[in-house]
Amino acid sequence: MLILRTVLLAPAHGHTIAHAIEQTSDEVLLVEHGSLYPALHRLEDRGLIASFWGTSENNRRAKYYRITPAGKKHLTNERNRWDELVSAVARVLGPAVE
Amino acid sequence: MSWRRFWQRRRCDEDLAQEIESYLAHEADLRSAEGLAAEEAVWAARRKLGNKTAVKERVWEMNSLGFIESVWQDVRYAARMLRLNPGFFAVATISLALGIGANTAIFQLLDAVRLRMLPVRDPQQLVELKIAENEHCCNGSFSGRRPNFTFAQWERIRDQQQAFSSLFAWGDTQFNLTPSGEAHLAEGLWVTGEYFKTLGVTPLLGRLIESGDDTPACSAPGVVISYPFWQGHFGGAAGVLEKSVLLNGQRFPVMGVTPASFYGVEVGRSFDVMLPVCAERLIEGDNSATKRREAWWLAVMGRLRPGWTIERAMAHIKTISPAVFEDTAPPMYRAELAQYYRNYKLTALPAGSGISQLRKEYDTPLILLLGIAGLVLLIACANLANLTLARASVREREIAVRLAIGAGRGRLIRQLLSESLLLTAVGTALGIALAELLCRYMVKFLNVSLQLTPDWRLLGFTAALAILTCLLFGLTPALRATRTAPADAMKTGGRGLTASREGFSLRRVLVVGQVALSLVLLAAALLFVGSLRNLSALDAGLRREGLMIMGVDISRLNFTSEQRAATYRTLLENVRATPGVESAANTHIVPLSGDGWNDNFEIPGRPLPGHALAWFSSVSAGYFHALGTQLMAGRDFAEHETTASAEVAIVNEEFCRKFLNGANPLGLPIHLISGPGEPDHQFQIVGLVKNTKYLSLREETKPIVFVAESQRKDTPQGINVLVRSHLAAGALTLGLKGAVKKTNPEMSISFLPFRKQVEDSLLKDRLMATLSSFFGFLAAALAVVGLYGVISYMVARRRGEIGIRMALGATRRGVTWLILKEAGWLLAAGLAVGTIMAISSGRAAEGLLFGLKPNDPWTITSAVLLLAGVALIASLIPALRAARTEPMTALREE
Repeated sequence: MLILRTVLLAPAHGHTIAHAIEQTSDEVLLVEHGSLYPALHRLEDRGLIASFWGTSENNRRAKYYRITPAGKKHLTNERNRWDELVSAVARVLGPAVE
Repeated sequence: MSWRRFWQRRRCDEDLAQEIESYLAHEADLRSAEGLAAEEAVWAARRKLGNKTAVKERVWEMNSLGFIESVWQDVRYAARMLRLNPGFFAVATISLALGIGANTAIFQLLDAVRLRMLPVRDPQQLVELKIAENEHCCNGSFSGRRPNFTFAQWERIRDQQQAFSSLFAWGDTQFNLTPSGEAHLAEGLWVTGEYFKTLGVTPLLGRLIESGDDTPACSAPGVVISYPFWQGHFGGAAGVLEKSVLLNGQRFPVMGVTPASFYGVEVGRSFDVMLPVCAERLIEGDNSATKRREAWWLAVMGRLRPGWTIERAMAHIKTISPAVFEDTAPPMYRAELAQYYRNYKLTALPAGSGISQLRKEYDTPLILLLGIAGLVLLIACANLANLTLARASVREREIAVRLAIGAGRGRLIRQLLSESLLLTAVGTALGIALAELLCRYMVKFLNVSLQLTPDWRLLGFTAALAILTCLLFGLTPALRATRTAPADAMKTGGRGLTASREGFSLRRVLVVGQVALSLVLLAAALLFVGSLRNLSALDAGLRREGLMIMGVDISRLNFTSEQRAATYRTLLENVRATPGVESAANTHIVPLSGDGWNDNFEIPGRPLPGHALAWFSSVSAGYFHALGTQLMAGRDFAEHETTASAEVAIVNEEFCRKFLNGANPLGLPIHLISGPGEPDHQFQIVGLVKNTKYLSLREETKPIVFVAESQRKDTPQGINVLVRSHLAAGALTLGLKGAVKKTNPEMSISFLPFRKQVEDSLLKDRLMATLSSFFGFLAAALAVVGLYGVISYMVARRRGEIGIRMALGATRRGVTWLILKEAGWLLAAGLAVGTIMAISSGRAAEGLLFGLKPNDPWTITSAVLLLAGVALIASLIPALRAARTEPMTALREE
């Protein structure tokens, strides 16, 4: 879901995705960047993202991933489910007890 | 997982590698931009990425077909492991192949001979008719392999019976395919018109013999040929139906060809040509068995009417028996015999699996061989168990190491499993090949034609047994190893001073069992070899070497009896004049050929016990000289003895012993008891010869009366000339053909060295001796390998202990003894058990042995000594290796 969100706006390659997730989450998520790749390949297999080879901002060859229509749909669904889950959990927990 | 990834794996892998490199480059760029040195930046990038190989592997796993992939990996790994242990691999697969191959081959033969149904329509409905066994059945002249009925009886049965929807009779014969000179024989069958209709066989080409072909008039008989004959004699030519075959000098047009799978109803025999029974009169002329009521030459088979059981059919044909035997008695039967004849009863036997002479003869040998093969399989399994046990315990440490570094237990077991399975697969494949080879060899050896098909059930059974053995013994230690904590296994595996007894005692039991079983097989092998040697070396009363049998047939020349006698005389003179021929004689019955003639007789003035029965042979002068049989008293037949002079006879020593209490026989008369209408014969004994074997080498010596060929009133259509010569067979037959040509070029002749005839008569014995030695020695070899394995293993395990012993002052000899003693105990236990087993199981072989008791002490002793000797030598090797142990090296390893 995080990956899909990252590539939703523009195609990105593995390095960018890893850093994007790391930075936007204030470095809470993603410990090893390596574990990103199996996830990328799985998503590609499920047809949620597609890949192509391109040249990166600093002139290096890189494999770019972009979101597919199926991926967009999936992201919306997952997003809704996630929000439901979060709000449900929040309701159960109630206001924070200090 | 996706198929795309699986098929384009190499590209995907490269893709991924590039992708990761790209990441590293980007990350390094970033780091150096942050101010790190180039090298530092690369390392930082790597740290950020994590385990590069692990990432690749995780993606790679998605590329593969999981299970299949890892199985293939396991198999490859197993193959590599086996390649690294060629000795283990060879012994294991060979022992497996032997066990599986031998069992399959012998079972195939047994199945072909005994169990398999005929390849015809509804074979289970087929029934063979016979005369119920009784002590007075049957008298007359017999020809063919199954002389159950005379033609007159067949006609009555055919007309009277109601139990069968159809039935047929057949007889076998041999036809000469050449017009003259050396005979080229074809296996022939006389069949009645319903033969093919009853069996439900359809032609491959043309048409088969039908009721219309077998009529008393027999206007235009054609010949039906077998598929092999069509292929062999006519080269499979399509135009065979326009061709004809020359049989005993008469041409018959080819009518049809039978399918390749059809070989007749007699298992182990095949036919070349088939003629309707009515043609027998055309070919045999005056000699025709069809006309003679005393000629037994036909067998009868029928197909049960729908709804009839064999019991009902049996009851029915019993009731028609009086009608069949009422007025078909041979005319020359005496009153007493004719009375017995009228009381003969018909009976029926199931014939769905065909009929066979082989069955009676080879039943015991084949079952015995199957038993032997079963023991070989047991030994092979024990060997396999032993080997896998040894390997598994050696690998306990390896397995522990793998577990320690994180191998999955299931995966480890699966790997060991694939090793066992690979081994069994190779062993089974070799076994199938061996079975094929062995089967072909045996069929060729026995000179029979059998249709052999591999029996997959048995093959499956033996292979399953092998796999089970492998799994049971290969996996038990593996399971144990995977269950223990790796640390413990590593500790005991390498450091223990004394070997753990667990598993090892099982191996000892296995070795003891192997030794015991192989002793049984070795003893059996020695028994059969000894029996064959006894038979081969037996004094048959004649010299076997350098004797040639020339069979002569002049039935086609239509000579009178006098002309025939004159021809034989001239032929013998010409043969004797041939260069290289030392001596020659004529006889009708060749000794040890299985042909015989016996008769009741009396000696006027001397009371003989009950029916005095002697065996007869009519021979020419010079017969004993040519054969090398010693004349003990009196004289040989003389050339001047003719039908006009008083009939004379020569008897053997057994005749004197049995009928005359050893008294001097010379001058005594022998009166042949003959039926009404037969000429009266009274012979005067003029000579006494040493005993010779008559029908076979195995027989008890028989009382024999030799009569003069030149005095016989009715000279037969054929004769055998026995020729003694030093010449090689080829040169001799060439000379003899010249002599035949000089006498009468129209004669048909055949040659057979006497030695070959004797060898053929010992076929069964040779088969048993060859195969049982093959199996016996291989079993012994397997057992010795097993013992060697256990002892070497023990030496390897006790290396540390031996090192300490030697450091404390044990001598090398002492260590050798220590190890040998261990081997000796195993061997002694095995031999003791084996001896008991050999003695108690020996009875099974009793009937097949000649001149040896099954528990012959010498044979068993030599088997024990042989096995013990080889086994001790085999265990001496590891014992000496143990004695060479350098105490310091051994201890330092600890």
